[in-house]
Amino acid sequence: MSVAMPTLEDAGASENAPRVVTPAQLIWRKFRRHRLAMLGAVLTIALYLGAAFAPFIAPFGPNEYQSRYTYAPPQTVHWIRTNEEGRRIFGPYVYDLKVSVDYASGRRVFETDRENVIPIRFFPRGAEYRLFGFIPADRHLFGPADPDRPMFLTGADRLGRDMFSRTIIGSQVSLSIGLVGVIMSLILGLIFGGLSGYYGGAVDTLIQRVIEFLQSIPSIPLWIGLAAALPKDVNPALIYFYITLILSLIGWTGLARVVRGRFLSLKNEDFVRAARLDGASPWRVMFRHMVPSFLSHIIAAVTLAIPAMILAETALSFLGLGLRQPVISWGVLLQEAQNIRSVATAPWLFVPGGAVVVAVLAMNFLGDGLRDAADPFSSN
Amino acid sequence: MTNYLLRRLLYMIPTLIAVSFVAFAVITLPPGDYADTYVLAARQSGQVVTPEQEQAIREFYKLDRPWIVQYWDWTSSIITRGDFGFSFQWDLPVNELIWPRLAMTFVVSFSSLMLVWIIAIPIGVYSAVRQYSVGDMLATIFGFIGLAIPNFLFALVLMYVSFRYFGASVGGLFSPEYINAPWSFAKLGDFLGKLWLPMVVLGTAGTAGLIRVVRANLLDELKKPYVVTARAKGMRERDAIRKYPLRIALNPFVSSLNDVFVQLVSGATIVSVVLSLQTTGPLLLEALRAEDMYLAGSFIMMLSLLTVVGTLVSDLLLAWLDPRIRFR
Repeated sequence: MSVAMPTLEDAGASENAPRVVTPAQLIWRKFRRHRLAMLGAVLTIALYLGAAFAPFIAPFGPNEYQSRYTYAPPQTVHWIRTNEEGRRIFGPYVYDLKVSVDYASGRRVFETDRENVIPIRFFPRGAEYRLFGFIPADRHLFGPADPDRPMFLTGADRLGRDMFSRTIIGSQVSLSIGLVGVIMSLILGLIFGGLSGYYGGAVDTLIQRVIEFLQSIPSIPLWIGLAAALPKDVNPALIYFYITLILSLIGWTGLARVVRGRFLSLKNEDFVRAARLDGASPWRVMFRHMVPSFLSHIIAAVTLAIPAMILAETALSFLGLGLRQPVISWGVLLQEAQNIRSVATAPWLFVPGGAVVVAVLAMNFLGDGLRDAADPFSSN
Repeated sequence: MTNYLLRRLLYMIPTLIAVSFVAFAVITLPPGDYADTYVLAARQSGQVVTPEQEQAIREFYKLDRPWIVQYWDWTSSIITRGDFGFSFQWDLPVNELIWPRLAMTFVVSFSSLMLVWIIAIPIGVYSAVRQYSVGDMLATIFGFIGLAIPNFLFALVLMYVSFRYFGASVGGLFSPEYINAPWSFAKLGDFLGKLWLPMVVLGTAGTAGLIRVVRANLLDELKKPYVVTARAKGMRERDAIRKYPLRIALNPFVSSLNDVFVQLVSGATIVSVVLSLQTTGPLLLEALRAEDMYLAGSFIMMLSLLTVVGTLVSDLLLAWLDPRIRFR
């Protein structure tokens, strides 16, 4: 940092010397005061942990279905009940669902059956999965004591699959695509923003024109144009990669502007000049001396860029141009909500949309707080 | 000013060339061409298509020529004759298809922009002047939620609500009986009755963003000594805010207005697919799927042109609003 730290020599007497506070500590102090940002941080961490442990938290496998329960409504979790002997028991349970078919409309009609309870157990065996992709397991955090009976906390979809499980599993792809996309944008942004800010002159003008041009093109038509160009039959992992690439093609411009602005303001600082006079290569000056001093700004900008990526992926997948079945992401899940009639029968198809809103809000709060805290030496 | 305007118009020429290039590159990117789509559809309906016939289709639509020749043909006929090519899928000149749709996109985006403007400035000013009041907090919450809800999801939820509670389906820009009717007062009324939904859906995100811009900038200005001076002179509070700080605070507002316009045009694409509006969105999506290249390319190009012109207008507005900006 360019500001001189108070050191022991400055303070004179060593007993009542002020404690040296590192910039990181200052940032943390400032950040902690921002309540919404703290909330956002907690939620964001929870979401990413949830995504990491998704198959464990989800009571059912993503493709497990019970065709008897198509479009089953959400069941509420109750806690206290009286058992057969008339004793009060404390423990989570849901009521069973009575299914009948309305032949006039051809739909299933569900009624809560208050006579039959389905107790919820912790750590039951269920669908097999691989934790982190390699640890085989079949225990879930919670689930119905009898795995064949219904427990749909946020309802079931067209095929009788559990929306809650699918939304949690979907977070893996949706949240990671934002992260991967942002990392790609960041690499591009650092290179071009850095070149632009460091060299200035013609290089700067050229890169700035390109950025202005990319920003003046409406992004969604361009995205769907590019996404329509993706081959239909390649494997999902490749599609995932292409989508992140398409998203970061435009996403890098914003980050490049932040980087350039920072480079311009740091270029004439003494420590940068000193490094240059020491004969450090431009690459070293940039990444060893300049980048660390505005890392906090970059982190804030990146946090604010992730939700934009998540929204973009959701929109593309929703239109059927992004990820497709059998990949599960929030956008793919929302495709089910495209038809107004199926939404009218099962409003819980919006649940993945709720997850999108929560994730985007949390990261916006977090990013806002980080941006305010990024410069701990400013007075406000 | 005239000089500045001329220079800006000149700048637009390379931009437009780049736009047309990108648009054409994007639409020719998919593997295969319209002949493939055509043959596939014909085979699926049971017809026999020989490779010679396939070749003939390709030659007829000039799809067998090199990329750069096709690009040159397309752009030169746009410049010389205003001819945007031919839509294979619709069997019509592109010109007949895009103009009504583009006009609708413009109407929808522009009216959303007006809505954003009308709502964002007063709320932003209020939030700044009464910082941390209940109203300010409500505006902040509204702002964050507006940013976090994807446009298409908001459209879906509104459609669901009106379907569920009012029993009406709200898609489209016209009721069925008016779609092909000539313009009349009744049709205009019907149109305005339907326009509010896309306006609200599109406007929310932009409003949310702009409230924060106005609030942050006005807050910065309100601390400056000249505002203190104005108050010390005994100027009325509303004049002390309106005359100087607000005008300066609106400067970044105007420059971000353009981003908002770009977002509106861009967001309108998805929203109009969801709400089945008669704008560019649904047609563009269909054209891209069928590899109807000239139609899709013309849409992408004209939408980009719309936003490029939007940028120019907002820059001119900025220059007019803030005399400190030099016409370089």
